[in-house]
Amino acid sequence: MATIPTEIQTVAPERQSTDRPQVLIGNKPFAPKNLIGLVFLIAMSIYFLTPLYWLFIASTKDNTDLFASFGLWFADFNLFTNIGELFTHQNGIYGRWIINTILYAVVGGAASTLVSAMAGYALSKYRFRGHALVYGLVLGAALVPPTTLAIPIYLLESKAGFANSYWAVLLPALLSPLGVFLTRVYANVSVSDDLIAAARVDGANEFRIFWSVSLPILVPGMITIFLFQFVAIWNNFFLPLIVLSDPNLYPVNLGLATWNFDPASHELLYNLIVTGAFVAVVPVILIFLFLQRYWRAGLSFGSVTG
Amino acid sequence: MATKTDLVAAPPMARVTPSPAVKPNRSWAWIWPYIFLLPFLLVFVLFFVVPFVFDISQSFYTERHAGGLGLTPPKVVWAGFENYAKALTDPDFWDGFRRVLLFGIVQIPLMMALALGIALLMDSAVIRFRRFFRLAAFIPYAVPGVVAAILWSFFYTPTISPITQGLHNLHLGAPDFLGTSTILWSIGNIATWEFTGYNMLIFFAAMQAIPQELYEAARIDGLNEVGIARRIKIPMISPALRLGLLFSMIGTLQLFNEPEILKNVSGAITPTFTPNIFAYNIAIIQTNFYYGGAIAAILGLITFVFSFVFMRFSQR
Repeated sequence: MATIPTEIQTVAPERQSTDRPQVLIGNKPFAPKNLIGLVFLIAMSIYFLTPLYWLFIASTKDNTDLFASFGLWFADFNLFTNIGELFTHQNGIYGRWIINTILYAVVGGAASTLVSAMAGYALSKYRFRGHALVYGLVLGAALVPPTTLAIPIYLLESKAGFANSYWAVLLPALLSPLGVFLTRVYANVSVSDDLIAAARVDGANEFRIFWSVSLPILVPGMITIFLFQFVAIWNNFFLPLIVLSDPNLYPVNLGLATWNFDPASHELLYNLIVTGAFVAVVPVILIFLFLQRYWRAGLSFGSVTG
Repeated sequence: MATKTDLVAAPPMARVTPSPAVKPNRSWAWIWPYIFLLPFLLVFVLFFVVPFVFDISQSFYTERHAGGLGLTPPKVVWAGFENYAKALTDPDFWDGFRRVLLFGIVQIPLMMALALGIALLMDSAVIRFRRFFRLAAFIPYAVPGVVAAILWSFFYTPTISPITQGLHNLHLGAPDFLGTSTILWSIGNIATWEFTGYNMLIFFAAMQAIPQELYEAARIDGLNEVGIARRIKIPMISPALRLGLLFSMIGTLQLFNEPEILKNVSGAITPTFTPNIFAYNIAIIQTNFYYGGAIAAILGLITFVFSFVFMRFSQR
């Protein structure tokens, strides 16, 4: 590919995590032209937040109030009744979906991060035969959207006898060319060659150098990569939809979608679908809020190396 | 990941070449990089190379009934490019493809303009509550696409929608969000809601990396904020803009989750609504993997060509 960079310039993520002090240019914050900007930002914030506000309000309502009361304000407060019903409906299958999702996203994301980190580290710190080929493959694969291969992956998994199992979702999630690419960039700037050379002089073998010397330094970058992969797996719908048929194995978004699809029970389940969506979204939003620093680090990576 | 090297904006750089200084010190040490790469390569072969080759090879076969009347069980026979010819002349395939193109032409520029506008406003000196605005824009990205689609489907369903309720209270009629002529834009709204903040943060991060000296020089030259935005900020973040565009294009061509969910509330979403929905219906619902394989291959090829051509011609 003609456009693949031979050298990438980048910044260590920490650099980006605080806002640059802004230069004041003598304007008053509420001067008319700034006011227009402020109004625009407020309008956009209302657009972004209203659906989630509605979701919270709706999750406190029973099925009658959902239709009968005004959507943007409370009626009778039934949040805990709804949550109780949510976790007992169909023998508590929702709880299983949550556990499955955590399993897919946390275990899959962590394993994928480690696999990518090892590969990215090798591409960053070693020269070896086939280096250019592997790096080219990584970049090429990053351009192919994962949905393209979901159908053949399913067929192959059926032939191999593990379609409709945890492995069917977990194993394909290990592949993250983007993670390899980002680790390479991160290792280039953060793990110094002198440090590795010093460890060698001390007689450490290459694996020990990777595990005890380099890996701790790579941790902040790996957290960013883990977050990206975590969200990618959490969001993935196409692959689980195709490869899973047992509802006990579903991740939460596929489970909610099946409740939503079911024409017979659809309207009766509205309060459960709404509460289920709310319960599924809250932890992810909290993770986003607490790990903001790493998100921004990852995004500035993207913009600088992109 | 999209690739572009020469971003001027980045602060102090480290150059990225595997360092010759690091030489493993034993004769068998050459094996270590391969050991580190092994898990990745294994996963790459099993879940990328093999499915890819398998999909292509399947697409050259088809099932045929030997007797012609369909009384005997079908046999799998070599079909050459038959499936490809069929897909390329299938109005159902082009129906979906035209639709995602139209979607992309309208939704992507709109979303990019919104994201860029918010980023520029947040980067200009005098906006208050920046943290809040940044969070507000980014939070929808934390909502899984399927949940976002379910959520918005409630907003589009007249019996429960707060929009319909609100307009009704004002004695106004509400639009039909789920009709044939509006459904595509209702989906566009979901995509805009989900991804504007993500793009905004990419643009904003790139703007934050622009060196201050450039602004000082521009002010000495008499540029105002709008001039600085047009002459400095937008050109300087063009790699980030290209990246955002590229991801949006790929996402649009692959459009699946939102229409698949909205299908439940809208009869306007046909089995050929987008190329991916079409491929899914052929390969999985009708279990015609051979034809489905060809459709997936064509879609993958189109996506790759789009990305490649875009990256090639969008560089200065």
